[in-house]
Amino acid sequence: MQEELFTSGRHIPHIDPSLEIWHWPIALYLFLGGLAAGILFFAALFYVLGKDREYPAAVKITSIIAPIALSIGLLALVYDLTHPLYTWQLYTTFRIESPMSWGAWVLLITTPLSFLWAFSYYRESFGKIETKLKLFKRFKFLNTFETFVIKNRKNIAYALIPLSLVLGVYTGILLSAFNARPLWNNAILGPLFLTSGLSTGAAAIILLSKSVTERHLFGKIDLGLIIVELALIVHMIMGYYAGSQVQLEAMELLVGGDFTLMFFGFVVLLGLLVPAILELIELIGYKVPVIVPALLVIIGGLIFRFVMVEAGQLTRYLY
Amino acid sequence: MRYAMVIDTLKCVGCSDCVVACQTENNVPHGYCRDWITESVSGSYPNVELELKSERCNHCDNAPCVRCCPTGASHIVEGGVVLVTANECIGCGACIESCPYDARYQHPDGYVDKCTFCHHRLEKGQLPACVSVCPTKCMYFGDLDNPNSEVSQLLKNRKYKTLAPEAGTNPHVFYLI
Repeated sequence: MQEELFTSGRHIPHIDPSLEIWHWPIALYLFLGGLAAGILFFAALFYVLGKDREYPAAVKITSIIAPIALSIGLLALVYDLTHPLYTWQLYTTFRIESPMSWGAWVLLITTPLSFLWAFSYYRESFGKIETKLKLFKRFKFLNTFETFVIKNRKNIAYALIPLSLVLGVYTGILLSAFNARPLWNNAILGPLFLTSGLSTGAAAIILLSKSVTERHLFGKIDLGLIIVELALIVHMIMGYYAGSQVQLEAMELLVGGDFTLMFFGFVVLLGLLVPAILELIELIGYKVPVIVPALLVIIGGLIFRFVMVEAGQLTRYLY
Repeated sequence: MRYAMVIDTLKCVGCSDCVVACQTENNVPHGYCRDWITESVSGSYPNVELELKSERCNHCDNAPCVRCCPTGASHIVEGGVVLVTANECIGCGACIESCPYDARYQHPDGYVDKCTFCHHRLEKGQLPACVSVCPTKCMYFGDLDNPNSEVSQLLKNRKYKTLAPEAGTNPHVFYLI
């Protein structure tokens, strides 16, 4: 039997025996970034299409989640930095080859826009909260500011459509750009994370929607996105199978290895297949509490990010 | 000018003197190291082979760490040496994830640290600390662009390998085999 035994004299915490630099904040951020990207994309798209009255949850109500998700995500990112006082260094340069640089700049533009978007619908959608807080009475400048933002809604929407797509793709590209981690290093991760983000965004809209037609429309959209996501996952696994030895070893983590139950049980079965079937049954006309498939999709998306971040760091080149 | 390191695996005894010399020279914090020894035994009994290697940052030509750095803290200076500017580094860890050699670590002070080929010594015309202390003289350092340098001659006359060449990084630490 051919054997190879390595003994390393190195003692660096978080690197030996396997890399563990990125922890839960990164996985949480990748999920929240994708979720916010999905929500902002649908909000901006349906506003541009002139459907803001027809689909109020998509355009107005759910958009409150985006700035909150992005803020928590950004805090998680900064928390994960080990030299956080130097964060401003991200904005002294733009490095075209670094996905993280792209992400930093896109977030710098998208986060304030998401706040503006939610703010422009604050009085309209959350009138009850406003009557309690009386923010607009206390701070008079908010009135003029609101008029200004509402006047520019279309411009914000046109900016948000490409920005949210870049944000959604970036969460995947961030991982796939590392050729040293074979599990991440495949070109499909960008589109896959974007699809997953859009799908969780659609699920969030379904959760908060009060109208049946809106829920049905986003049920259909979500179903389509889940089918695309499943296809992309099949392609990803096929890509590993056709890959080099390091990619075969990486795939073994997902297929038959430590992450099999998490990946196929929680992400593929509970996070994609079950909600897809439930949404299909609902579309046919049977009564299914919509909260169930929507929550499954969102939790599945979260677990997916954790699996990919954790498993990817176990894979490496062997030499 | 292109600095390169050549390490003779047939002469290395794995004493770790290079590791200790580096830790002393560069004030590497306790529990961390910029270079390390790997010992690999391969084959099937009784035909087994032992290989000892002193490993470190490979100062790649196509350095993924420099490519993915969002602030430009990781950069390449003259001679192909990959360096990190501590007060530009935000400690995001992208370079650590991108390195096929796992050559970088997060310094307890927050920034990312790694082998510099002892750049401060090179500027004074001295050899890297690890090379200068090696008791078996199995490590060589020099300019690859100069065809008459010791490293160029060794690579011309001996069989050698680099680590994970399939990663496409074009590493510049060579191992004589």
